[in-house]
Amino acid sequence: MKLAFQLAYKNLIGAGLRTWLNVIVLSFAFVVVIFYNGMIDGWNEQAMNDSIAWEYGQGQLINDKYDPLDPFTLQDGHGMLPPEQTKGLTPILLRQASIYPDGRMLTVALKGIEAAQSILDLPTEKLLDSKAALPALIGNRMAASANLKEGGEVLIRWRDKNGTFDATQMTIVGIFDSNVPTVDNGQIWISIEKLWKMTGLQDHATLFIVNNESKIGKIVGWGFKSQESLLKSLSDIIQTKKVSGSLMYMMLLAIALLAIFDTQVLSIFRRQREIGTYIAMGMTRWQVAGLFTVEGSMYSFMATLVGCLYGIPFFMYIADIGIGIPPASRNMGIAIAERIFPVYGLGLILGTVALVVTSATIVSFLPARKIAKMNPVDALKGKLQ
Amino acid sequence: MKYLLLLLLCCGPVTAQSEPKAASIIKKVDENMSSDSRVTESQMIIHGRRKSRTVSSKGYSEGYEKSFTEYLAPAREKGTKMLKLDDRLWIYSPATDRVIQLSGHMLRQSVMGSDLSYEDMMENRKLTEMYHVKIAGEETINGRLTWILELDAKVADVPYVKRKMWIDQKRFVPLKEDLFAKSGQLLKRVTMEDIAQIGGRWYPRKMNYKDMLKDGKGTDFIVSKIEFNAPISEHLFSKAVLKK
Repeated sequence: MKLAFQLAYKNLIGAGLRTWLNVIVLSFAFVVVIFYNGMIDGWNEQAMNDSIAWEYGQGQLINDKYDPLDPFTLQDGHGMLPPEQTKGLTPILLRQASIYPDGRMLTVALKGIEAAQSILDLPTEKLLDSKAALPALIGNRMAASANLKEGGEVLIRWRDKNGTFDATQMTIVGIFDSNVPTVDNGQIWISIEKLWKMTGLQDHATLFIVNNESKIGKIVGWGFKSQESLLKSLSDIIQTKKVSGSLMYMMLLAIALLAIFDTQVLSIFRRQREIGTYIAMGMTRWQVAGLFTVEGSMYSFMATLVGCLYGIPFFMYIADIGIGIPPASRNMGIAIAERIFPVYGLGLILGTVALVVTSATIVSFLPARKIAKMNPVDALKGKLQ
Repeated sequence: MKYLLLLLLCCGPVTAQSEPKAASIIKKVDENMSSDSRVTESQMIIHGRRKSRTVSSKGYSEGYEKSFTEYLAPAREKGTKMLKLDDRLWIYSPATDRVIQLSGHMLRQSVMGSDLSYEDMMENRKLTEMYHVKIAGEETINGRLTWILELDAKVADVPYVKRKMWIDQKRFVPLKEDLFAKSGQLLKRVTMEDIAQIGGRWYPRKMNYKDMLKDGKGTDFIVSKIEFNAPISEHLFSKAVLKK
């Protein structure tokens, strides 16, 4: 085996430019695979951390009548929990309302949350500090769509529990910047105590953010959704993106492998006398085929080394500065940061090395199988077979 | 001081008389505006920021609970049917040939982008059942002398807790109505014009609904034909009617 590697190495180095062209193309595919998957993994990690910090906490206890995917359930999807069961839970009450910025009407989700909460990253302490009659927090996407600024006022209209209209001026006391659009787009956050007074739904909540998952038991009328189940839809979307993106690097890898395949076919055709000599010297035909396969797969080892040579500094640089995401992409409705910082896990790197080596070995072996069928005498004579 | 005392003594009986008089006014208004059933052919002119569009419809209603509307024009809306039974609403769309059921909550949404909600369109409850009334003054509107009535809700489930109505003193028909939020914020203004005698009662043939919090000219609701207490076939208030 050692001999096979030595011979393969000498043959490859001896082939000069042809070898280096194959190695560079394959190394490029290797770097792109790691870079793309690192980006997706980085996005996944950031999106999950942000979603936990801004929206999900350690899980949510959701009223059975409320379906987050059906806005019509907002009206009746709320209820009360006995005080002894609300320990470690942060209540959120959702109602529909309309605001009237610049003489136009915008329908919004009015969300009441404890101003003193600390489970979510929402800067609700600003609601406590404000002396305005109805202080409110909005995200920067909402601020942009409604043309609202910090300290600005806007008229808000809502209905109480009986369906009676009420309206008042609301003051924007803070505009937060969150990577999670589902706590921002079309939403206004106010103190839950204020919302209880405004709607007459004292102590009601649509959902509770769980601070400590282990304390949640079965509660009639409420369903617990764990952090994992809440994050599943996000992970599924990102996984779909990963699969669709893999087509791009698979094509690149296919081009590199095709080059190796062609080189192997050419080698076997041009080196028939050499093959015949090996067999004449006592090597079996399969040993010779193995020698050529090792030669082909050695491209992948060299590509890994060359890829590391320019890939490591590149990966380190990108991991440091991140990749900027255009503002339009940040409004897609899925958690995505302003800059994505790729994450290169050991599994990703080893997996990519294994993918490149295995695929290069397979495409090297396919033409080498022909050697096993060669007539050694004809091979030695250099006769075409 | 004695003049002030005299003035207070004079005003006292007037205020005491105001409420029974107001109640009788509003009762007469109810007699004009409410009915057990009605069949209406109407146009709704929705004034947008750039252009206006007109939607024609024929509606049948019985009390507050049952209502059926079929849209006749424009071509895009033609054939759309809406059936409301209690707080449930079904909409049939000919484009998709599907019936969609909406929750009671949908009744509070705007009808086809207008300033009217389904609730506004279908409201047929008597004012006397919902509000305490008092006379707040008099005013002339378009040359007609009106009483200004202030209405305060006496039941909880009303969309507007306060209303102000300008009632024609001769015809007992509202010429203008302001609808207020609990906070006192003016939300909507309805102005009535083209008052005509239909079936022995006075009724406005043109109403303009204006959301006072929004820019724009609001929505005109023009009644081209209306029949009060007309017999309506029961099958119109069944889901079977929501088909082509």
